[in-house]
Amino acid sequence: MNNNILIVGGGPAGMEAAGMLQRLGYNTMLVERSSKLGGHLAAWDRLFPKGLQAKETLDRLTAGINGVKYFLDTDINSINILDDSFNVILSNGITILAKAVLIATGFDLFKAEKKEEYGYGIYDRVITNADLEAYYKTGKSDTIQNPKSIGFVHCVGSRDEKVGNLSCSKVCCATAVKQACEIKQRFPEAQVYSFYMDLRMFGRYYEDLYLEAQKKYGIRFIRGRVSEVSEKEDKSLLVKAEDTLSSKPIKVSVDLLVLMAGIRPAEAGKRVGRMLHLSNEEDGFFSTKDTIRDLQMSKIPGLFFAGTCTGPKTIPETLNDAKSAAMEIDEYIKQNFPDRK
Amino acid sequence: MTDFGYSINTSSRMNLDDFDKESFDKLAEMEPDVRKCMACGSCTASCTAGKFHETSLRSAILALQNGQEGKAIDFLKGCMLCGKCTMVCPRGINTRHLILSILKVYGTK
Amino acid sequence: MIYEGKKKIWSDYQKDIPDDHYFYVRSCIRQTFFPASEAAFLEITRNRLGKDVFETEHHTTCGGIAYHCDTIPQETSMTIIARQFALMHKYGYENFVCSCVTSFGLYCETLEAWREFPELKEKIAENLLKSCGLEFAVPKVLIHSSDLIYKYRNPIAALAKFKLVNKKTGKPLRVVEHIGCHYSKMFPSKGVGGAEYPYVLIGMIEAWGGEIIDYPERRHCCGFGFRQYFVQANRGYSLANTNKKFESMEPYNPDMIITNCPGCSYFMDKWQYVIAEMNHKTYGEDGHGIPVFTYEEVAGLVMGYDPWDLGLQTHLVGPEPVLDKIGIPYDSDAKYKGVNGKNIGKPEEVDCIK
Repeated sequence: MNNNILIVGGGPAGMEAAGMLQRLGYNTMLVERSSKLGGHLAAWDRLFPKGLQAKETLDRLTAGINGVKYFLDTDINSINILDDSFNVILSNGITILAKAVLIATGFDLFKAEKKEEYGYGIYDRVITNADLEAYYKTGKSDTIQNPKSIGFVHCVGSRDEKVGNLSCSKVCCATAVKQACEIKQRFPEAQVYSFYMDLRMFGRYYEDLYLEAQKKYGIRFIRGRVSEVSEKEDKSLLVKAEDTLSSKPIKVSVDLLVLMAGIRPAEAGKRVGRMLHLSNEEDGFFSTKDTIRDLQMSKIPGLFFAGTCTGPKTIPETLNDAKSAAMEIDEYIKQNFPDRK
Repeated sequence: MTDFGYSINTSSRMNLDDFDKESFDKLAEMEPDVRKCMACGSCTASCTAGKFHETSLRSAILALQNGQEGKAIDFLKGCMLCGKCTMVCPRGINTRHLILSILKVYGTK
Repeated sequence: MIYEGKKKIWSDYQKDIPDDHYFYVRSCIRQTFFPASEAAFLEITRNRLGKDVFETEHHTTCGGIAYHCDTIPQETSMTIIARQFALMHKYGYENFVCSCVTSFGLYCETLEAWREFPELKEKIAENLLKSCGLEFAVPKVLIHSSDLIYKYRNPIAALAKFKLVNKKTGKPLRVVEHIGCHYSKMFPSKGVGGAEYPYVLIGMIEAWGGEIIDYPERRHCCGFGFRQYFVQANRGYSLANTNKKFESMEPYNPDMIITNCPGCSYFMDKWQYVIAEMNHKTYGEDGHGIPVFTYEEVAGLVMGYDPWDLGLQTHLVGPEPVLDKIGIPYDSDAKYKGVNGKNIGKPEEVDCIK
C-alpha cells in the first residue's frame, strides 16, 4: 500500500513540510508551477528582523528536501477526491494517488498598478517592494540613481476596501522599515520618508528595528496614507498625504517611491481551490477547519494547508505552520491507515 | 487694483521640501534622542504647563520635522522645565535636555 | 512617464458609445459662457458626420447647480432628471447625451441611486406621473457630449483643415487637458479612460496633432466648486485652486488648454484675469494668458470654422496666439461683429493681461 503525500506549491511552506514528511518516512512529492523552488523567498535579498540573507534560509530548505521528488514547471490538471485518497493528474501527464494532499500555494503580491493614483507602471520612479528587493539582490537598476529623497508607502493593496482587501498584509510594515534602513545604508545622505497608517511592529526584535530606523537612520515616519502621486518635469514625484498627527495636509518631492505591495491569495492557488470546492473567507484566503486550533486542516479529510494560502504570515510563521501541517498529516495517516507500512 | 472683495487664499498644506535638514541634524547631534519620539503623547498628557498654555513636546518635534520652526518654539514657550515628561517618556528621552537643545538651535534669544 | 502604462489603464476604461440616434440636452451656463460650442457640436455631428441628434425645447436644467448649492431637495432634483429622461423616451430615443459635466455626474449619480434603492425609483416615477403626466424611463446609454466627439475624433481629423501643430516650427502644440471632476471622479467606469488618467480629451488632441502635457496638479479641481464660487466670501478659495493649477503647469509652457466642463472652461479662462490683477502674473507668452477652449471649439477650429463663428471673441484670454501658431486665418476687425456685421460690443480694455 502506498504512502504517497502530495504537496502543491514549492515555496518555503511546501519545502519545509516536504522535508519533514520525507524524514517521517512518507513518499513525498512536490509540485511547483514555476521553474524553480523557493517562491517569493528566492526573489528576496535579506529578511527582517535581523537582515539574514534570504539565500541562507533557502539553502537550508533546499538541503532539507533531499529525497523528495519534485516536479517543476508543473500544474495540477485535476484532483479527484476518492474514498480514502486523492487522484491527482499533473500537467506533465503523471498521475499520483496520494493519501494526503498539502496545499501550500502561497500568495501573489498585490498588483500595485491597481492603485492607479500611485502611478506604478506609469511614473518611471515608482517601484514596489519586490522591485527594490531585486535591486538589493543584483545591485542593478535603471530607476535607482543616487536618490536624494525616497518615500515608502505602506498598505498598498492592504486595508483598502477600494481594491477589495480589508485585511492587513502583516509583513509589509517590518519589510518597509527593513528596506528603509537598507536604502539609507546605500545612500546615507538621502532623506527617507515612511508613510504609514499604523506601524504594526508586532514580532520579536521588530520594535528594535523600528527604533534603529528612527535613531540610527533618521527615517521620518509620517502617519498618513498617500493620497496621490504625480510626476514632475524632472521625473521626481510629488507625493501628497496628510500628516494626521498634526492634522495638516503635506506634500513632498521624492526621487524614488517604493510601494509596499501587500499579500493576496495566489491566483494559481485559487484555481486548485476551485477544483476541490474549497471555501475561503472574505479576505480571499482558504477557510481553515477552525480559527484557533486546526489551522492546518481543511474541512476535507486528508487535505491540509500550510503557509500563506491561509492568510499573511512571516517566514518563521510559515515554517512553523508547515511543520505543524506535517505533524497533522502524520497523525492523520497513523489514525486512518494503521497498517500503512 | 480692482477691489474684488476677496483674495487668493493661502494653502494650509505643509511642504516637506522646506524642512531644514541642517538645523535638525545639528539638533540631533546635540540630543540624538530627538529621533526616538514615537508620538505617543505621554509628555503632553503629563505636562504641567500644557493645562494652561498650548505646550507639547510631541507637537514641537513634529513641527520641526515639518519645517515649522516658529510653531515648534511656540509649543515649548509654556515649558517650566519641571521634568514630568522625562519621567513618563517610554523611549527614555531626556526631554529637558531636548527642550533646551531645541531652544539653542532654533531659539532667537 | 511610461506611455504604455497609461494605454493599459485606458484600455481598462472604455465605454460603449452608440453609433447614432442621440437625444441631446444642453447646459444652462455654456450657452452664455461659450455661446457657439453647443451650436458647433450640433453642426459637426449633424451636418458633417450625418448623425441623428435630436433636441427639444421642452427640456430644462438638470437642477445641478441648485443641487450642488444645497438649495433643492434631492427628490426634486431627481424628478427634474426623470422628466428629462421621460422626454427622451417620449420622442423615441434611448441614447441620452448631455452637454454639461455637472449634469453628467448628477445623471450618473441618480441612475446609481435608483439602481441601489428601487423604492426611491418608484417614488420618483410616481412624482413624475403626478407632476408632469409623463411615463418614467431610463436611458439605455448615458454619454457626455465629449464622449461623442471623442468617438468621432478620427473622422473629424479626416475632415480637418488644420492640425494642432505650430506652423513655424513644425512641432505639435503643447496642450493642457482638464477634465471636469464630475465626469469620472465619482464613477471612474463611466468616463473614457477612468478617473486618474482620463483619455477622453487626450484622444482628441492626439488625433488632431497636438501634444499632451501631464503636469503635477493635472487632477486638481479647477476651483469652481459651486458654493465656493457662488458665495463671494468663498471666492478666494475657488481662485486659489485655479492659481495652484496654473503655477503647476507654468514650467511646461503650454500653448493652450482644453476642457470638457462648462465650469472649468469658464474659470480657467476668467480667473487668469483676476490672478493677473492680484498677482501681476500671466502664464502665456509675453503678457498673454493661456487660451482656454472647449473641445467643440477645438474641433471647430481644426475643421476650419471661422474663429468668431465659434464664439472665441467671448473668451477673456484672446485665442489669437493659438490661431497664429496653427495658421488659422481670422479677421481682427470682425472679432466683435455678430450676424450681418452687427456690432456686438467690445469688452473694456485691461492692461494686466492680453
